Amino acid sequence: MNATPVAAPRRQVTATIDGQTVRVSEGATILDACRSKGIDTPTLCYLENLTPVNVCRVCVVEVEGSRTLVPACSRPLEADMVVNTDTERVRHSRKLVFELLGSSTDLSLVSEDTKAWMDTYGARPDRFGATAEKVDEPFRQQDDLYVRDYDKCILCYRCVEACGTDAQNTFAIAVSGRGFEARISTEWDAVLPDSACVYCGNCVGVCPTGALMFTSEYERREAGTWNPAEQTITETICSYCGVGCAVNLHVQEGEIVKVTSPLDNDITNGHLCVKGRFGWTFVHNK
Amino acid sequence: MDLRITSTDATSAERAVVDRLVANGPGAAEDGPGTTTVRQGHRVVRGGPHRAKERRHLLLPALHALQSEIGWVSPGGLGHISEALSVPPAEAYGVATFYHLIATDERPSAVAHLCDDIACRNSGATGLIEEVAERLGADRRTAWATSPCLGRCEDPTSVFIQRAGAADTHLSGTDVDTVIGALDDPSIVNKQVSAPLPQGIGSPDLKLLRRVGVADPTSLDDYRRHGGYASLREAIRLGPAGVIREVTDSGLLGRGGAAFPTGVKWSAVAGQPARHRYLVANADESEPGTFKDRVVMEHDPFALVEAMTVAGFAVGAETGYLYIRGEYPLATARLSAAIDAARHRGLLGADVMGAGFSFDIELRRGAGAYICGEETALFNSIEGFRGEPRNKPPYPTTQGLFGQPTAVNNVETLINVLDIVTGGAEAFAAVGIGTSAGTRLFCVSGSVTAPGLYEYPFGITLGELLAAAGGVRDGRDLRAVLLGGAAGSFVGPDALDLPLTFQATRDAGVSLGSGVVMVFDDRSDMTDITNRIARFFREESCGQCVPCRVGTVRQAEVLTILSQPEAGRPEGDHSGKGRSADEAVNLLDDLALVMADASICGLGHTASGAIRSALALGLIGVDR
Repeated sequence: MNATPVAAPRRQVTATIDGQTVRVSEGATILDACRSKGIDTPTLCYLENLTPVNVCRVCVVEVEGSRTLVPACSRPLEADMVVNTDTERVRHSRKLVFELLGSSTDLSLVSEDTKAWMDTYGARPDRFGATAEKVDEPFRQQDDLYVRDYDKCILCYRCVEACGTDAQNTFAIAVSGRGFEARISTEWDAVLPDSACVYCGNCVGVCPTGALMFTSEYERREAGTWNPAEQTITETICSYCGVGCAVNLHVQEGEIVKVTSPLDNDITNGHLCVKGRFGWTFVHNK
Repeated sequence: MDLRITSTDATSAERAVVDRLVANGPGAAEDGPGTTTVRQGHRVVRGGPHRAKERRHLLLPALHALQSEIGWVSPGGLGHISEALSVPPAEAYGVATFYHLIATDERPSAVAHLCDDIACRNSGATGLIEEVAERLGADRRTAWATSPCLGRCEDPTSVFIQRAGAADTHLSGTDVDTVIGALDDPSIVNKQVSAPLPQGIGSPDLKLLRRVGVADPTSLDDYRRHGGYASLREAIRLGPAGVIREVTDSGLLGRGGAAFPTGVKWSAVAGQPARHRYLVANADESEPGTFKDRVVMEHDPFALVEAMTVAGFAVGAETGYLYIRGEYPLATARLSAAIDAARHRGLLGADVMGAGFSFDIELRRGAGAYICGEETALFNSIEGFRGEPRNKPPYPTTQGLFGQPTAVNNVETLINVLDIVTGGAEAFAAVGIGTSAGTRLFCVSGSVTAPGLYEYPFGITLGELLAAAGGVRDGRDLRAVLLGGAAGSFVGPDALDLPLTFQATRDAGVSLGSGVVMVFDDRSDMTDITNRIARFFREESCGQCVPCRVGTVRQAEVLTILSQPEAGRPEGDHSGKGRSADEAVNLLDDLALVMADASICGLGHTASGAIRSALALGLIGVDR
């Protein structure tokens, strides 16, 4: 289901990436241009359905004439730009970003793609030694629907964006504190049920590290019964209201274990409300 | 905006403080009638023509108001701010916890911020801190805190007393009894500050500083008697394009650290097809070792007001924001009075000098965050967001404050404009050397006989400047000089012939930065100083981007390890051996590169420069 955009035709921009000539619509980012040429680029804080915040810096590339590296996810490609994505400087910065994150947070649940990138760049987080300071936060389980384990949080801002103007407009969470002590937090770290949270689960849906997790997944992981390889995905439409959100039911051993929505869906852009996300237990009522 | 206010138990005093600010504070006149408020339990929805975003810029002033009247920002107080300004409580909390000077825990009504930064610790600050800690004991532990550089390096040790219900004050060159006296007696306010001009007050050598200590900083008439407002009159005669032409031709380069040509910046802003343009004076002077802007603002506040008016006229801005460091109470008071006086005389307002243009100045106080001196972080701070820098481009000249074209200039840069307009570009460019036109303010501190603020034409050598300051104090040997502050770098005694110009310092791989010249002698503990610089960046990183947020922590850790004898070093990896010095230096190199290459802003880009230069000069005893 794809809508036809009606807008003035965009000018085309021609530039060079890794020696190849690329031509994209004006306004497209360096990352868009890279992907159009099949040039793979690691990303952590970037997600297609959120405004790029360019804070993780793992997508940096070298642009001729620029003193520093530039984030591919947010920087529009300009005419005649000469971009290199695999120079010594780029590899160094990407490797170090992975090492800095790996030495300060628990990356055990990042995607296989991210783990592969860490291998590609030879990231060794342990070279900062056992005494390297780590994020050390209590595990938060304050309701039946989510858990929050900020020892895994890389402060990518995705959950804040999803809770804010990029999706939900609830603003229950924001970044508090400063520097290494900065944390995602409700006001005064209030427990979620007391906060503005409406339990849409969109923060969990966008978290790249497992710092935010649905309780249904967390409990199975704890019990050793979480098994993605055995899961099937059933595409369907949410049955609650007339909006018609696309939902993907993740099913394991005949039970729904998680509900997501495809990022490229025109209606949801990957986001759901509390009913679509969690209102499925009736399915299992016998 | 649909908000859920969780803490609704603000006291009547807290409500009164916030409501007064919202009713009378800056921008209050914009809040017209027709605003609708709907309440439902904990939820508040405000609609109408003046919605949330137009009031958000009052967030930091509102936090300041609670802090200075009540003494801390309580959950109820923050809830009331959130409701009054339609700011989500989680975001308001995120902003409140961003700043050193905003307390989100209840604490005593007077708190001493004791500088333990490099200039002060080179003059025994840690001793004073120990004495204060001992005298106040565990019971009054929250009545004091250590602080990064307070911008009074010419008179260590520096202390900032933050009070609730009474005026803040600073103390300099002080002892433990004075600190505790000022904590216990809110009437103690240090108003008698002499201008630290070792070249002599009113010396004919001084240009930018010629009125400092001469003209009465509280009198507009006295300012005019000493040549004040001749520049604005001439600017009006020249017209905006004429002013920009003179500034461009003068070759004036920005004095905040980046040395960007001021005329180019102004003409870029003036040329933007926008309804609103802004001028911002960056007076958030926080670079360790820097105190020049403070001296100018305390002793010649009208000069900045006039210079901002000239700049606003030139770029076509109707509003100028003056963002001043939160730890500068005297400068803030004098500027506030100067702005009022100028407004009263028609030198600010709807028809400045009767010349048919409108310009006014809004004074905004920072709240203890070095990063807010970065121009885009400063914009976010004014707008009521966390002081996190924005990615550039877009640059401020096209999308700055409130998304509008903005000229942002350092205080010293702005006051240079006054003489350029009255004396002409040619006369200005005749002083100095080559691309470094005019004079420069040098903040000389540390182990020198006569620390203070100096003004010399560009081109004076480092050795000549140190000689002017009476040389190394007590006849000791020179060990090193820190040029440009924590974001700058150390040079050794072999650099005394270095001419202090933009070009020569750049060629030497160093930077003049904000004009810091901090001297260390053979008794200075350079390992301690260098570690303090690393801690400074760790504590002042905003935390937004990974290279800086984690990189500054790792840098401080590795440097601490490197400063220990090898036997005491923890193992470097899981190989079981102690970390070698070479291994540690490699880590520092790797960290320096990623911070310089991949950080969002200048804080990360410069966070390793001083440390690497200290290692290169052998200032830190590394046991290899």
